[in-house]
Amino acid sequence: MSGLSVIQKIEELQLRTDVPAFRPGDTLRVHVRIQEGEKERVQVFEGVCIYRHNDGIRSTFTVRKISYSVGVERIFPLHSPRLLMIEVKERGRVRRSRLFYLRDRVGKSARIRALRDVRHDG
Amino acid sequence: MAQGLVGKKVGMTQVFDQYGNLVAVTILEVGPNRVVQVKRRDGKEGYSAVKVGYGEIAEKKLNRPELGVFHHAKVAPARVLREFRMKDAELEGIEVGGELTVEMFRPGQKLDVCATTKGRGFQGVMKRHGFKGAKEKGHGTHEYKRHSGSIGQSAWPSRVIPGKRMAGQMGNDRVTQRGLQVVAVYPEQNLLLVKGAVPGAKNGIVTVNRSLGRK
Repeated sequence: MSGLSVIQKIEELQLRTDVPAFRPGDTLRVHVRIQEGEKERVQVFEGVCIYRHNDGIRSTFTVRKISYSVGVERIFPLHSPRLLMIEVKERGRVRRSRLFYLRDRVGKSARIRALRDVRHDG
Repeated sequence: MAQGLVGKKVGMTQVFDQYGNLVAVTILEVGPNRVVQVKRRDGKEGYSAVKVGYGEIAEKKLNRPELGVFHHAKVAPARVLREFRMKDAELEGIEVGGELTVEMFRPGQKLDVCATTKGRGFQGVMKRHGFKGAKEKGHGTHEYKRHSGSIGQSAWPSRVIPGKRMAGQMGNDRVTQRGLQVVAVYPEQNLLLVKGAVPGAKNGIVTVNRSLGRK
């Protein structure tokens, strides 16, 4: 077995199979496991996915939300075991893959129209 | 229980640990190592050790004395031979012709990994020792921008002190990286995942030892 395929195999072992199909523009509810001392609880981070970085086990996605009028972005490793669940709340109609322009906008202009007919896009 | 194994570096990747943190790991293919010789304190060698071989090699590529080692032990010729010092009691159950595998290592255990670093050739002091070079790189400075400056004093000692860091061969040294943690062991594929980086290039020969602790 060549070295590259050995590495691929080890990475594939770790990939999650329960990741729903979502793209930038979609509104997500990310359920995150949080360890507080001995206790573990689940926190939900809800916002718009503005970026996806696809690279096997190193894949990440960025979720942006406005919290008490402050913009908050979190970058999640897509395959992290700390993510309990990723819920797709709404599909958005956007025309680019990186929605960084949302950072310069607030209120009405920061809205993303919902995609009405949910076509199956991988 | 043996002390260590020989193998090769496969490459690096990242895995999630038990807490969900992404950890950088080096994948090593170590073993199976064939036991070529067992040395015993009460035998003619006078100390306890095992000599093991790793990898395949055609018989015609070896000379007579090298072949003799393998014929004597009745094992297939190996590309690399290494010897590991053992405690007397650890020789129990190890026989010539037997195999040593990664199963001797457990996740969480600390290891020392020894290998030859990538050769970088003859390098100047800036790359080799991290010197800053000339402090003034403009105003007509020429032929001095990557030099080291003074290498000693005049009247006393009037010579360059031994060990003075200068330009020279960089890399291609045998280096031991100590205290690397075992992240995972895959006995079926003879793979060992070790936290952090390991010296040398991909497919380079590495020697893995139980850690002697931090220096």
